[in-house]
Amino acid sequence: MRYPRQKINSNQKDKAVNLAEGVQVVSFGVLAIMMIVAALGVVLLNNIVYSAFLLAGVFMSISGLYVLLNADFVAAAQILIYVGAINVLILFAIMLVNKQENYAPVANRWLRSLAAGLVCLGVFALLGTMVVATDWQIPATTPVQTVSSVVKLGQHFFSDFLLPFELASVLLLMAMVGAIVLARRDFLPDDLSLTNQTTSFTLPEKSKELASLGGNKN
Amino acid sequence: MLQLQYFLLLGAALFCIGIYGLVTSRNAVRVLMSIELLLNAVNLNLMGFSNFLDPVEIKGQVFTVFVITIAAAEAAVGLAIILSIYRNRDTVDMEQFNLLKW
Repeated sequence: MRYPRQKINSNQKDKAVNLAEGVQVVSFGVLAIMMIVAALGVVLLNNIVYSAFLLAGVFMSISGLYVLLNADFVAAAQILIYVGAINVLILFAIMLVNKQENYAPVANRWLRSLAAGLVCLGVFALLGTMVVATDWQIPATTPVQTVSSVVKLGQHFFSDFLLPFELASVLLLMAMVGAIVLARRDFLPDDLSLTNQTTSFTLPEKSKELASLGGNKN
Repeated sequence: MLQLQYFLLLGAALFCIGIYGLVTSRNAVRVLMSIELLLNAVNLNLMGFSNFLDPVEIKGQVFTVFVITIAAAEAAVGLAIILSIYRNRDTVDMEQFNLLKW
């Protein structure tokens, strides 16, 4: 009846590993269901404000999945950038274009939605079959990560991914300038005839400076 | 035990939901949200491969960080475009943005 001590120890160790794996699987399931339900809500709900808040739920669930994938830095960056920046930006956009409008009915719209749904289901079936059927060459023994992932990411960014890293900063600067130029509100003056006479060098839509210039002349 | 296939299937499901929203939604802001869903599905794939196939040199995480950067730039420019088109056409209905339609 009495087990040797070695055996008991190994049994306890197995139980501990099983418990950790069970926690992993359960949290994966919870996060996956949260993510799918929130994503369906983003797409299907009528009120777009609810969609924006559910989008934050999707992002946070994905961040939890990243934690399950041993990526702590990217999980934090996901929450900071997506929930903190992009989602707030989307909420601001909803506030800025907030007009209750009843969309004009389009003929055969349900047919289009049905076709899109069928195509998406087909794409999912294709991808799922591919994922299940492919023999992924996963190495049996996973080597232990010695340094932390933040250190590893920093090494990558400043050695072999240095050029894309710097290009990303240039791209962010370009996007910022482009967004400011696109979204700047420059209103047209009421009578364009006056400004057309005074300015032959500038475009008529750059009317902010032109209006003040015309006011000075008058 | 968690496996790579679970994450890939989840990414595929999120991608398909995003494509459905991208095609069928009429509000332009919702189209942008669907694009974010698509980018997140791709990120999930990259992170799964990075953890299961390349756990030492975590290059998938590097690519994910780049994709997050591009997504931030894309959201800013896309929302600016939506604002300016809203000022021009006074609507955000995707069915009425037919300037380039012949």
